[in-house]
Amino acid sequence: MQTLREVCKVVRSKNAGPFIFTFDIMFKDTETFRSVQEAGHLDRAAVARAYGISPNEVLSFDWHAFANAVKFSIKREVASGGVGDSDVYGAQQHAPLLELRAL
Amino acid sequence: MRMQPRQEGEFTVISCGMLGYGFPEISLERAVGVGLDLIAVDAGSTDPGPYYLGSGKPFCNDAMVRRDLELLLDAQIESGAKLVIGSAGGAGSDVHLQHTLNILRDCIARRGTPRKLAVISSEMGKDELRAALRAGKIHAFETPGLPSEEDIDQAAHVVAQIGVEPIAAAIKGSDADIIVSGRAWDPANIAALPVARGYDRGLAVHAGKILECGALAAEPVGGADLLMGRIRRDDFIVEPCTDTRACTVESVAAHTMYEKTDPVLLPGPGGISDLRQTRFEALDERRVRVSGTRHIHDPVYRVKLEGARLAGFRNIVIGGIRDPGMIRQIDEIQQGVVARIAQMLSPRITTDQYRIRFHRYGLDGVMGRLEPVKATPHEIGILVDVVGDTAEIAAAAAGAARSLLLHWSYPGRVATAGNVALPFSPAEIPAGQVFEFNIYHLMEMPDPVARFGWRLEEAA
Repeated sequence: MQTLREVCKVVRSKNAGPFIFTFDIMFKDTETFRSVQEAGHLDRAAVARAYGISPNEVLSFDWHAFANAVKFSIKREVASGGVGDSDVYGAQQHAPLLELRAL
Repeated sequence: MRMQPRQEGEFTVISCGMLGYGFPEISLERAVGVGLDLIAVDAGSTDPGPYYLGSGKPFCNDAMVRRDLELLLDAQIESGAKLVIGSAGGAGSDVHLQHTLNILRDCIARRGTPRKLAVISSEMGKDELRAALRAGKIHAFETPGLPSEEDIDQAAHVVAQIGVEPIAAAIKGSDADIIVSGRAWDPANIAALPVARGYDRGLAVHAGKILECGALAAEPVGGADLLMGRIRRDDFIVEPCTDTRACTVESVAAHTMYEKTDPVLLPGPGGISDLRQTRFEALDERRVRVSGTRHIHDPVYRVKLEGARLAGFRNIVIGGIRDPGMIRQIDEIQQGVVARIAQMLSPRITTDQYRIRFHRYGLDGVMGRLEPVKATPHEIGILVDVVGDTAEIAAAAAGAARSLLLHWSYPGRVATAGNVALPFSPAEIPAGQVFEFNIYHLMEMPDPVARFGWRLEEAA
């Protein structure tokens, strides 16, 4: 078994506008990208579980071959910089992904 | 490595990702040596949050903005390139625009070389917004529903993110050396001039998308460096200006993913950039060639509106908790403290006049509800964040939170002298105004050039 941390070059979160967190999971190379896609462990349900949310709260979940990457997005509970927000840039929401199973 | 001089038929642009973040002077010198058509500067974003738009305060420090502007102005004068500055002052309201213009005018006066400026405001009037709302011209975007008229009234500033057209019109219709606009769609600062000169819009906008954050699209990633684009008839090339960085297919593709939900179909004012047929190819070890991106025309021209209103006044208390019994019961203690604050402040201050949030660093301070790790830490950093309708209300609730938290009695308590290590005296810290985005919608704008016209100014 290998985790995303072991097979990725980039795992990051960031605002996509003030109301959405978007996550980029970029694999080391095309071969790894294909292997992870075929292995089938990483999917919408897996990332939803990582954050304790329901799969239909994941706004989009797509494989992008041109960047050897998976991208998904979720709605922010509090808009960026609004009362009660904890991460204005949304740049530290990625950590639960690191230990997800990739292969 | 020497950079290749501008070639026949090639449009050269240098992009600074954020005015006031700085960039190496050598990068600019080398870019000027290439021969430049355009120096494009993005000076803003919604990323730092709603405070800047709401308060009218500039996002970047004046001294740093001045430093960057002086260098870019010199480069503009030396190269004869147009200098396009978008999202002036960070949030791009008229206050921000004037603030940036004042610094720019001062730089020009000190330099002693008169410049012509075209200035484009993108601040929206309340009357036009209300009229547009009533006429059904405002639409939902990334949040459900429409703004209310109350939202429009309460917004401190509302700006529209202008696209390619108003900037291109100012360039074509004037002999301005420098174009400064309020809030602008980041790629538009880069794409407007090549589009005005007849280059393909799909390519010009995609070049803008990649270049808009400067060297964030290079390796190693750098937010504080310039990036160069060479736009040609059928493709464009991106390259760094320093030998220490390289643009690779991976770095450019990675940046295409950045800060957006769909990296393949990218909507903006006037249309969509379609990357479904885009090819990224390594030209050599430091340059990437991009081709195949198309512009899909949007028959209904729309701009994004951004508005922010005052949400209240903040007061914070920072402390540390080390007692294991306190840490185990932190949820219950927190609930108890919040309830007691309400009792203590009532009836003078009611619970609808303030909001309290506990950021519990070490436990779930960063991710809140999304935090999956439930382990018990040995220490918690606690940040009590109170936002009140007035600074006095926030201070009263924060003071109550501090004293109650410090002396709260909980089952099994042995440290009866105090529950929290407070690093500061005074413990409560007023943290000023708090704003929130309350308008983030699309508005139909059939004639963006007429609405966002330019004003010519001679600065000497």
